[in-house]
Amino acid sequence: MGSVPISWFLTLSAVLFALGVAGFLFRRSIITVFMSIELMLNAVNLSFVTFSYQLKKVDGHLFSFFVMVVAAAEAAVGLAIILTVFRNRKTLNIDDVSSMKD
Amino acid sequence: MPVDLMPASADLIRLLPEIVLTLMGTLLMVLAAILRKRSSNAYGNLSIAALLAALGAAVYAYTRQGPAFGNMLVVDGLATFFRALVIVVGILTVLASYRFLRRQGAETGEYHALLLFSIAGQCLMAAANDLIVVFIGLEISSLASYVMVGYLRDDKRANEAALKYFLLGSFATAFFLYGVALVYGITGTINLSGVRAALTAPESCLQAGAGSVLCVQNWLAPWPIFLGVAAALLFVGLGFKVSAAPFQIWAPDVYQGAPSPVTAFLSTGPKAAAFAVFLRIFMSAFEPGGAAWEPLVWFSALASMTIGNFAALRQSNVKRMLAYSSIAHAGYVLVALTARSADGAAAVMFYLGAYAFMNIGAFAVVGHLAGKGERYQDIEDFGGLGQKQPLTAAMLTIFLLSLIGVPLTGGFFGKFYIFKAALESHLVWLTVLGLLNSAVAAYYYLRVLVMMYFREPSQAAIEAEPLRPGLRAALLVSAVATLFLGIFPNWVLDFSNKSAAMMK
Repeated sequence: MGSVPISWFLTLSAVLFALGVAGFLFRRSIITVFMSIELMLNAVNLSFVTFSYQLKKVDGHLFSFFVMVVAAAEAAVGLAIILTVFRNRKTLNIDDVSSMKD
Repeated sequence: MPVDLMPASADLIRLLPEIVLTLMGTLLMVLAAILRKRSSNAYGNLSIAALLAALGAAVYAYTRQGPAFGNMLVVDGLATFFRALVIVVGILTVLASYRFLRRQGAETGEYHALLLFSIAGQCLMAAANDLIVVFIGLEISSLASYVMVGYLRDDKRANEAALKYFLLGSFATAFFLYGVALVYGITGTINLSGVRAALTAPESCLQAGAGSVLCVQNWLAPWPIFLGVAAALLFVGLGFKVSAAPFQIWAPDVYQGAPSPVTAFLSTGPKAAAFAVFLRIFMSAFEPGGAAWEPLVWFSALASMTIGNFAALRQSNVKRMLAYSSIAHAGYVLVALTARSADGAAAVMFYLGAYAFMNIGAFAVVGHLAGKGERYQDIEDFGGLGQKQPLTAAMLTIFLLSLIGVPLTGGFFGKFYIFKAALESHLVWLTVLGLLNSAVAAYYYLRVLVMMYFREPSQAAIEAEPLRPGLRAALLVSAVATLFLGIFPNWVLDFSNKSAAMMK
């Protein structure tokens, strides 16, 4: 990572994570909301790899692989669920998917 | 250097329940594909056999206690208790599902396979001693249960519930994972024993594998702040899974929209497993920093109890009411965690055991009465059930009384141990507010009882089919277990006390 200080990577990771949270909370399209979650997971991966580099240990890299595998599985299940919702309602706007109320 | 890739047999024995469940789940999926028969009670029978085998494996693993796979897993009393609990929850869910799946005309092979995978994930969480294993167990359990919630593909409410559960669940997992990353950065390890060691002696150097010594540097200084952030992030992730306030928003919609047997499963299995992780992380690894996270849990416990109970008061849909009640119950369990003592940990275990039986029973009755397409879920639909189906009504009475916490039921001793542990840790205010909360809760449970016994039969009660053998067995087992825990609590309490003492 050369001359770039570690804290920059961690800050970038925190900013990406925060962007993911903001996207999750404020975007209205289900697909974008889902992408925001993926962004959060990748932000965490960046942290893992940075810490791994800093600690001179290899296990952080391994964790990021686990996270990627899990994210892929999550995408498969998530897109399937989103697809069934779209089939039944013909919309992907999150505000239109709220039939249950107190 | 030659590397021995074959794990030792002791390691495999300690992982046996998960191995059995995963293999049998895969077998079910393959069978469903090969036989081209999408629904059959045989799949259910097979999954009961698998669960019984896994239960045996869990008990057998307990006879060979100890760490496995380089301390990533640990088989001890806590692990065995929660493994056995989630497996029994699984058996009851299968029993309650037979009739439900047939009535809805749903495919059964995949349903049971998913259930087994979900339970395998929860068993892994119960035995995990490493944050990445916790994460993988959590995801195995969650991914399968997301699909189960939306299992009835054409049901709009179930779709919506699945979508909400999936989006909020993954959102929470991301927080949990960020917490894991921070713990890794601060302590240089994500092994829970290692984390504890690092937190107990932050200045000293840690032994990091083959002879090399790793010193924890203060490069994240001032790191108590980061440690607090890490603990808070882990708490957010787990708080979502146990539906503790302020992360409970998803629970009512998901519990209401999911098929009833799945709701019964969700409100007990994943919750118990998440609390097992809670105990391991907060009572063991983060125990040295207890004073820092205690206010957080204190607040969450109070908020869960209050929000859950007061929102439940206003519900007319019984499934939704029970969903709010399960939020309140998560609050009671958090009270025991706030106590930060071995007694508190034992109370958590006992309560979750009692809660599993009474809650599965209650949701199973709701699913039974709801009929095809789950039409009847309102409180009025329970009218006259005592007249039409005395046995069903009697068992629902037991479950509701136990949820209130009436003596002679498991729920009473559960609450008793929780508040006793809280008082011993001088949490007077939390105890008082918790007891007031249980008094409020009695109102909405009793409303259902009054409906059942003092009203004319409703359309739902008249149309309700007789109890089928599977469901009857599930209800009887739950009812007997609820009463057993209320009359002979020592049996389970001794085991949980022993396990809690071993945990350190």
